[in-house]
Amino acid sequence: MSAARAGLWLGLGFLYLPIVLLVAYAFSADRIPFQWGGFSLRWFVALAGDERLIEAALLSLRVAAGAATLAVLVGGLAGFALARFGPFRGRALFGALIGAPLVLPEVVTGLSLLLLFVALEGAIGWPAGRGALTVLLAHATLGAAYAAVVIQARLAEADRSLEEAAMDLGATPFVAFRTVTLPLMAPSLLAAWLLAFTLSLDDVVLASFVSGPAGTTLPMVLFSRLKLGLTPEVNALGAVIVAVAAVALGLAALLLARVDARRGGG
Amino acid sequence: MRRPDRPPRPARRFRLAPRRLVVLLPAWAWLALFVAAPALVLLGIALGEYDTGVPPFRPPLGPGGAWQGTLANFAAVATDPFYRDGFLRSLLVAFATAALCLLVGYPMALAMARAPEARRTPLLLAVLLPFWTGFLIRVGAWIGLLRDEGWLNGVLRALGVIGEPLPLLYSDLAMYVGMVHAYLPFAVLPLYAALARRDPAVEEAAADLGARPAVVFVTVTLPLSAPGAAAAFLLVFIPAAGEFVIPDLLGPPEAQLVGRMLWGEFFQNRDWPLAAALAVALLAVLILPVRLFQRLEAGR
Repeated sequence: MSAARAGLWLGLGFLYLPIVLLVAYAFSADRIPFQWGGFSLRWFVALAGDERLIEAALLSLRVAAGAATLAVLVGGLAGFALARFGPFRGRALFGALIGAPLVLPEVVTGLSLLLLFVALEGAIGWPAGRGALTVLLAHATLGAAYAAVVIQARLAEADRSLEEAAMDLGATPFVAFRTVTLPLMAPSLLAAWLLAFTLSLDDVVLASFVSGPAGTTLPMVLFSRLKLGLTPEVNALGAVIVAVAAVALGLAALLLARVDARRGGG
Repeated sequence: MRRPDRPPRPARRFRLAPRRLVVLLPAWAWLALFVAAPALVLLGIALGEYDTGVPPFRPPLGPGGAWQGTLANFAAVATDPFYRDGFLRSLLVAFATAALCLLVGYPMALAMARAPEARRTPLLLAVLLPFWTGFLIRVGAWIGLLRDEGWLNGVLRALGVIGEPLPLLYSDLAMYVGMVHAYLPFAVLPLYAALARRDPAVEEAAADLGARPAVVFVTVTLPLSAPGAAAAFLLVFIPAAGEFVIPDLLGPPEAQLVGRMLWGEFFQNRDWPLAAALAVALLAVLILPVRLFQRLEAGR
């Protein structure tokens, strides 16, 4: 049925129209975004000189890297337990807790984590104040939920008998884990890290709740600027982000295609 | 093959128990601290009272554990028409967004599922790429498209369709456009997963027996993909019900939705207990759709 194909192309057009225009008009000299005033790189130059934005971007990258690493650690443990431990005590609660941030509205997660940080500081003095650390912890909580799903799914489809064979051949459970399970998990660990990293870079709601004066992330700056409308500088930043995302996804697709080809050939 | 001198399975599991603790203990500790505790603190502070101190509330348990809590915040959320209307409007917006995403996403997913094998992954990536380009950037692009001196009004004026710019931005229309744009990939993925799994032979059998394509679609394809469609609907509906950023940046300034009310109570009025009560109420409203979604996922 060609109606569905027409729908596909219309839908893709709807998804891409704003993005394509955003990238195109980033090269316009006009002061008003999405108005063509001749080709110019002036807004990219202005962007490079915007210290507040650059500082926020660097903070966001650091927070995202830390949050993603923590998320993979926690999500890895949780995903491993769910995939390999069978029915252990408290499993239902364990699964519900690890998955909760996936289904909770962001405003609820953000508010409840902030109230926790305030209560913790009042009770034990940690975390002292709010800023990059509290944002990192909030993002790690969200990322761990996604990481656990990705890692559990990978382990569930990986054959358990490989680990049992290693142990039957005399490997201790730790050696079996390190030499068999960990390599099996590796692609999902990387995928989970990238997913948590992206989630952190993209989040404005959790960060707004749990951050303090010293922890303004890039999405927080963007949000406050967009409240006043779109500026050509933000437009240029959008073009940079789209370019980075396209290159990263292109590389991932290429890698996937090569892995597929190798599998098909071997 | 198991060597006879290996201990039997139950024994090994017992031997592994301390090792399991190495995995389970840190995971449980994290979940207790960062998932369970916040929920309890949220509920506790919703029972507290607004106060002009730092932090700006009186906890429900006073010094020595004396009860000084109140249900006033929940009473306000339940009875004040301002909040009630906000909840109703949020559910309506979430419902409409989810329905629109299904409407737009279904043909996309169907065409992807019917595409030749080699083209499916690129199409899937094409649907996902906008998802990776930054949520705020995409909302910003819609601001540039829809505002009075924006791209769309410029095109319409150049074509002579309109004389004065249409007030497109900061309207319900702009909000829905932004919501569907942001949530469409959430709907397409489960729909595609459901449709890609279907057996084309069933459709062919219906066609061989004389059913017209439209009849095959309505009587075979559509019912087969119903669980996927329900999952797609809920996957959009649940986050959309609490959405804050898109209505705030694209929607009409006067429209009050739960996410916005909660945000306003917290950041503008600094009434933390009321914000917490709104959050608890939002959770209570979403429990049913969340359970339904988990059922669907478990049933696959």
